[in-house]
Amino acid sequence: MVDSNAIYVLWLRDVKRFVRAKSRIIGILLMPIFFLLGLGLGLGSIVKLPTGGDYLDFIVPGIVGMSLLFTSIFTGSAVLWDRQFGFLKEILVTPNSRVSIVIGRIFGGATTALFQSLIVVIISLLIGFHMHVSVVTPLAIVFMLLIAATFISLGLALGSLISDFQGFQLVTSFFTMPLFFLSNGIFPVSILPPYVRIITYLNPLTYGIDGLRIAFLGTGTFPIWIDLLALVISTVVLMALASFAFSKTDVG
Amino acid sequence: MADMIVVENLKKDYGDVKAVDGISFEVKEGEIFGLLGPNGAGKTTTIKMLTTLLKPTAGHAKIAGFDILKDSTKVRENIGIVFQDPSLDEDLTARENLEFHAILYKMGKEQRERKIAEVLKLIELEDKADVLVKNYSGGLKRRLEIGRGLIHEPKVLFLDEPTLGLDAQTRRHIWEYIKKLNDQQKITLILTTHYMEEADYLSSRIAFVDHGKIVALDTSKALKNKLGGDVISVQFNKGVEELAKHFKSLKWVKTVARHGDFLDLTVMEGETKIPEVIKIAERRKATVISVNLHKPSLEDVFIYFTGKTIREEAGDQFKEHMRSRMRRRG
Repeated sequence: MVDSNAIYVLWLRDVKRFVRAKSRIIGILLMPIFFLLGLGLGLGSIVKLPTGGDYLDFIVPGIVGMSLLFTSIFTGSAVLWDRQFGFLKEILVTPNSRVSIVIGRIFGGATTALFQSLIVVIISLLIGFHMHVSVVTPLAIVFMLLIAATFISLGLALGSLISDFQGFQLVTSFFTMPLFFLSNGIFPVSILPPYVRIITYLNPLTYGIDGLRIAFLGTGTFPIWIDLLALVISTVVLMALASFAFSKTDVG
Repeated sequence: MADMIVVENLKKDYGDVKAVDGISFEVKEGEIFGLLGPNGAGKTTTIKMLTTLLKPTAGHAKIAGFDILKDSTKVRENIGIVFQDPSLDEDLTARENLEFHAILYKMGKEQRERKIAEVLKLIELEDKADVLVKNYSGGLKRRLEIGRGLIHEPKVLFLDEPTLGLDAQTRRHIWEYIKKLNDQQKITLILTTHYMEEADYLSSRIAFVDHGKIVALDTSKALKNKLGGDVISVQFNKGVEELAKHFKSLKWVKTVARHGDFLDLTVMEGETKIPEVIKIAERRKATVISVNLHKPSLEDVFIYFTGKTIREEAGDQFKEHMRSRMRRRG
């Protein structure tokens, strides 16, 4: 059922392509940097959090979550490119299960997304982010990987179901913007009215960012095990959905 | 020899459109089998079904003894395919493309390295093996794709329009590779093409496909013979009238037509009859001044069976053009 060779090769392919596409790395990093500068430094100087604390410190986990969300969904679109350029057929005609191909993709995408997130964290430290290092800080990496796996799966599912680029872009922007703004990324959810708060509680990104906040700052909204559990569930559910959608995809 | 491929009444419908409408054929081990037909005849759809990329609406097929529906993984282990459209990862080098392919087929490191070196030599890409594929010409990419199809030593190799869009010289080159493969590696090959001369040059047997059906299937020679044979045009120095009468009385001459000093004789396998014609003339003290043999082409045969010529479609070339433009941008 699971072919480790296929997982390995797809992971290796993503990493190799990522390392070679230098313009892509810079392009993908620009957006979180602008958000850090604009929101963190600009808006941060006039905003006072009801929960207390420095606004820049508050939004760094949010910006890391955002960059993971965007790059992950974008990674899912690779299935569209592969279909367009025929490489998808080359993969599908080999004796490997569809699930292995999905897992390989997720591993590859999660590795590159993790790398980008770590750069965002380093840049944040340079512009004045106060990280509170504790025993749970290394868990940040687990949270980053789970956020990436969740949204790469979503991207793969969408990329498998939608075969044209315009449609894909439309649908992904329909997903990414609400997922980001209806999370705890740039404001604490406690300031939202209860009915909007419910939506943020259904959003896996909320738990991801909360987990990152605990890892980086030591305080969050939920206990850390709830954040972990919620993300593990979202990863498993969306991975299953992606595998199902991918197994139905047409080679075009 | 055993049947490597058995196809029984294979069908594929897209709504009301019957892309493949009940195709049956067998391919023997070591054969080069050609599917020849115009664009849109159903050749690629047939290949996609045989390579497990597309589920048939009805019918069965077995490859190397494995059912394409029930044993699709086993089928995939035994086949290689060179797709009609490009299917390389252009951001990787040739060697990486081959290596990834080998790993996808679960080949060990040692076997992988040996086979990659062997294939690179065969397709003569050793000196360009570590160049990114996006810097390759169309012909080089094609060669790499054919090579990639061979890495895992498949029993059957599918070649879907292997020389589409290539220049005449590159096309010749690729034909030689295909011949060489079949001779040296004893691989069974299935080839689709809409180039007559390609099917004629390469295939041991040819199936004419039109509107999703096989309209004729045989060796190139036998197909041409179905037209009634070859025409030998012979010019004599004298006694043409008398010779015409004599030829008409012979069983192996189907028709005789006279134009001045010339006689047009319709015969089977014309090349073997020319010595006989000369002998007959000599016995009657006449001298043959010139001989011209016209053999029917596959094109003639295709017209005979379908009532039309194989047409080139402009739309396809446009699509290909757009694709390569997008590739450059992407």
